[in-house]
Amino acid sequence: MSDLRDLYQEVIFDHNRHPRNFGPLPEANRHADGFNPLCGDRLTLHLRVEGGVIREARFEGAGCAISTASASLMTEALKGKTEAEAATLFEGFHHMVKGEPVSVDLGKLSVLAGVSEFPARVKCATLAWHTLNAALKNEPEPVSTE
Amino acid sequence: MDDVQSLRRQFPILSRQVHGRPLVYLDNAATTQKPLAVIEAERHYYEFQNANIHRGVHALSQEATDAFEAARDTVRAFLNAPRREEIVFTRGATEAINLVAHSWGRSNLAAGDEILVSEMEHHANIVPWQLLCEATGAVLKVIPIDERGALVPGAFESLLGPRTRLVGITQVSNALGTVNPVADIVRKAHQAGALVLVDGAQAVAHLSVDVSALDCDFFVFSGHKLYGPTGIGVLYGKRDLLEKMPPYQGGGDMIAQVTFKKTTYNELPYKFEAGTPHIAGAVGLGAAIDFVRSVGLEAIAAHEDALLAQATRLAGEFQGLQVIGTAPGKASILSFVMKGVHPHDIGTILDREGVAIRTGHHCAMPVMDHYHLPATARASFALYNTPDEVDALFRALRRVEELFLK
Ligand SMILES: Cc1ncc(COP(=O)(O)O)c(C=O)c1O
Repeated sequence: MSDLRDLYQEVIFDHNRHPRNFGPLPEANRHADGFNPLCGDRLTLHLRVEGGVIREARFEGAGCAISTASASLMTEALKGKTEAEAATLFEGFHHMVKGEPVSVDLGKLSVLAGVSEFPARVKCATLAWHTLNAALKNEPEPVSTE
Repeated sequence: MDDVQSLRRQFPILSRQVHGRPLVYLDNAATTQKPLAVIEAERHYYEFQNANIHRGVHALSQEATDAFEAARDTVRAFLNAPRREEIVFTRGATEAINLVAHSWGRSNLAAGDEILVSEMEHHANIVPWQLLCEATGAVLKVIPIDERGALVPGAFESLLGPRTRLVGITQVSNALGTVNPVADIVRKAHQAGALVLVDGAQAVAHLSVDVSALDCDFFVFSGHKLYGPTGIGVLYGKRDLLEKMPPYQGGGDMIAQVTFKKTTYNELPYKFEAGTPHIAGAVGLGAAIDFVRSVGLEAIAAHEDALLAQATRLAGEFQGLQVIGTAPGKASILSFVMKGVHPHDIGTILDREGVAIRTGHHCAMPVMDHYHLPATARASFALYNTPDEVDALFRALRRVEELFLK
């Protein structure tokens, strides 16, 4: 039996209580809204992208501990990454939360590995990343995890 | 009511474990568990009687038809409907509402006509009317709820007008537990010349319903929330109305005669039952109703009221926990939020303790918007739940608190 502590690691509680990069970003040039209709979680992601590099990433919204911590950790991981690097991270992250082998170094993002034992929560962990995808493509419609 | 423990033994699933703990099933508003009587009735049907109905001359077809039609009689008696042809089998409450919106709605509504629903409706009693309004130019109006989750006093009366053609109202709210004064609503709607559809999906397992006394025009419910199978439900409609309504779907069973020039439709209720229905489901539903009647709805209500009172008291003693839906005389549902913890996280942690509850918007997003919440956690009680299980729920909530707030 997988323990709740595998899912709810201290780092996750910390990011849930004190989300990093939380709030508006007036100088952003990319935005997207994400929505998980299953649980009502919503988040808005703001990015400042210059020459293909993500300089700033901030988010707003309300969600469960997993989606909030995931968004917070993601915004930290994105800074300074190229769009291609961000896409690679998303791919690796996606494999990790699905319990599949991961070939990239996910750094701090790996505290979310426990999600793979809780299939009902995978969408919470990936909401921020789907929203990132939309922001990079500058999609006007909110993305949904469904 | 019979001894709870002996009732529990009739529900095999209740003795299983989840994540190494005894299952505490408190998601009954989503769907109830099934007693042996229902499981056996379906099994018996498939083992001994299975055939298609209304079309064979052979023995099995006749037996299957008899079993299916006997279930209709059981439903008729359960709702105290005047006539058996007023009972239409559907896939569930959702399909029953869509049937009325489509068949009655499209042949009766004109631009500017009004449909009234309440703010606490399930999406199943909102979206079919929105589709109807889009198609006809009719207008959907909403009876607001107050902070307790009850209809705002007087709001219904002031919205009811000369253009109101139908009122769609839930008897019991699935998100809040509120019990609506449907008899009063029917009386006033009729005085204003409007029809009333009562969504009984959450009501039938908790209150005894008498559609003749209620005088509603349509009443819908789903078998699976009444200890019966999924995929079977009921539309009750007054015969005069059903007779004038065009078919909802076309196909086999619903016709009298088909030629390429003209097709004539079968009589009620078959006009609304196109295609092979869920025969085993109807048989199972009949068995579920017999089961519920043998336990007794009054006894069930008293038992559940006690559980709800216990849960409400424990919720009141729990710091940081807020009950959503505090109308007087609620039925069997405790919706709540916890300060600092998202309902989704509550649901995951409770699940690991063996406690199954529902978290989310409960297909009632307007209710969530009303309380400015993305979601709530909801425990809902059935005849087989025990005071120990209510205690287990609150022990598990203490675990949530430990993990999240310490
Ligand atoms: C009040 C209410 N109406 C309608 C429905 C829809 O029932 P079904 O999904 O069985 O058609 C539900 C189910 O959750 C409900 O609670």
